[in-house]
Amino acid sequence: MLRDITIGQYFPGNSLIHRLDPRFKIVITVLYIIMLFAGGTYTGLAIGAAYALIAIALSKIKPKMFVKSIKPIMPFLLITALINLLLVSSGEILWQWKFLKITDAGINISVFMIIRIVLLIAGTSLLTYTTSPITLTDAIERLLSPLKKLKFPVHELAMMMSIALRFIPTLIEETDKIMSAQKARGAEIDTGSFITRARNLVSILVPLFISSFRRADELATAMECRCYNGGAGRTRLRQLKSAPRDYAALFVTAAFLAGVIIIGRIWS
Amino acid sequence: MNSIIKIEDLHFSYDSDGGKEVHDEVLKGIDLTIEEGEFVAVLGHNGSGKSTLAKHLNAILLPTKGKVTVDGIDTADEGRLFDLRRRAGMVFQNPDNQIVSSIVEEDVAFALENLGVPYEEMRRRVDEALRSVNMYEYRLHSPAQLSGGQKQRVAIAGIIAMQPKCIILDEPTAMLDPSGRKEVMATVKRMNREQGITVVLITHYMDEAAQSGRVVVIDKGRLIMDGKPEKVFAQVDRMKEIGLDVPQVTELAWELNKAGYDISPEIITEDQCVDALLRLIG
Repeated sequence: MLRDITIGQYFPGNSLIHRLDPRFKIVITVLYIIMLFAGGTYTGLAIGAAYALIAIALSKIKPKMFVKSIKPIMPFLLITALINLLLVSSGEILWQWKFLKITDAGINISVFMIIRIVLLIAGTSLLTYTTSPITLTDAIERLLSPLKKLKFPVHELAMMMSIALRFIPTLIEETDKIMSAQKARGAEIDTGSFITRARNLVSILVPLFISSFRRADELATAMECRCYNGGAGRTRLRQLKSAPRDYAALFVTAAFLAGVIIIGRIWS
Repeated sequence: MNSIIKIEDLHFSYDSDGGKEVHDEVLKGIDLTIEEGEFVAVLGHNGSGKSTLAKHLNAILLPTKGKVTVDGIDTADEGRLFDLRRRAGMVFQNPDNQIVSSIVEEDVAFALENLGVPYEEMRRRVDEALRSVNMYEYRLHSPAQLSGGQKQRVAIAGIIAMQPKCIILDEPTAMLDPSGRKEVMATVKRMNREQGITVVLITHYMDEAAQSGRVVVIDKGRLIMDGKPEKVFAQVDRMKEIGLDVPQVTELAWELNKAGYDISPEIITEDQCVDALLRLIG
């Protein structure tokens, strides 16, 4: 059961969105975020929503998945809404109790915030749903590569990230094994009070840490044996090639963004 | 034939800065020459120094005293380290700890990426290497989906892609199940036979050593036996003395021989044993 855990939740597929160059997808996602924050009006938000819905439809990923992506942030969403609702003091007062009051402007801002955050999460989830973590890492490395000139360790960060991704399943398997071993010795991990369980967690984490260090040491030797010498002069098996569709997608996104900005200007 | 590996009076001890701990010497003067295209098994039990010896062959460790040359390159020559490692690839015991990428074909390409091989050639060499270990159809899988034997074959492909002259395998089957061990051994033998790659196999499995062309036995940091597997295993007394087993068929023939039957103990395969026994009876 532990093995099923995935990070970033990638749904393999072959839709238009899946096939887009990951570098473009990242840039487009950034533009989309700007789109949501550039338009301070419901019209702007509606355009953003339309954009997100079209993209989600094109990705052929079940809408249920996007509802799921919202769930974990529900508490955060509610707290934000409540704070806005109760503490915004401008506008016409509809209800009041001591220092807490609900105004029409407060309701307005709360609703606006909720829609904006939901769109933000659903839209950005599309990026991780349609791009495998390793491709994403690769794209980030290439997008950030200009920073190498500033001595920013772009390659090293990407390598660390991809090794981490590589070892997630291995370490999960190992955790499973250690847990079984400790349970066999009578450690209470699933039962007992919170304190007991927390204390027993140490008996899993310590062996896991030790073995991780040993693995890291062996992996480093193996990498050196395969002539690893940092990022300089490396070539890549994975080639990222941009196609006309990538430019088209970028253009469409830019057009939406421009629309949101222009409409926002006219409104105010 | 050209000798590819030359080891001359190799001494090694850990933490040898002070030079006082001579008694902690792991390797105590090893001389060994390996010819191109040979399949050499290095036998020895735990702590005999066989893994330490392997680590000298591609400069993971450097001799405290003595000299190791691989394909004409002195392992102590730091300037030619990658040149050396490209010629002498190393496969380790734990397949999980030597696979770098989460996609099989990218892991096989890792060394080539490091060496800056251009894309077209890299693609060709990666595909070739994957085919030669029969893992081509798994090229887009994640290593987590593979069995131990398959992972180890991917690790071997990653070395083959470098087109080395020599492969050193440090107990590559120690963590595998019997079918995984068979897969890996078949791959190693095919590589040696078809591509002429020199193989140095570090192992403590007698049946694996019996499949090689030459067996070298290391005990307490010294090389004590060196020869064809039949000749080495036939010295059952001596092998037992240093705590090593011999293949069961060899032991059977040896016991029969000791009991006065006319059978040679130079037997390492079941087929040879059956033939010899038939001759004895008939």
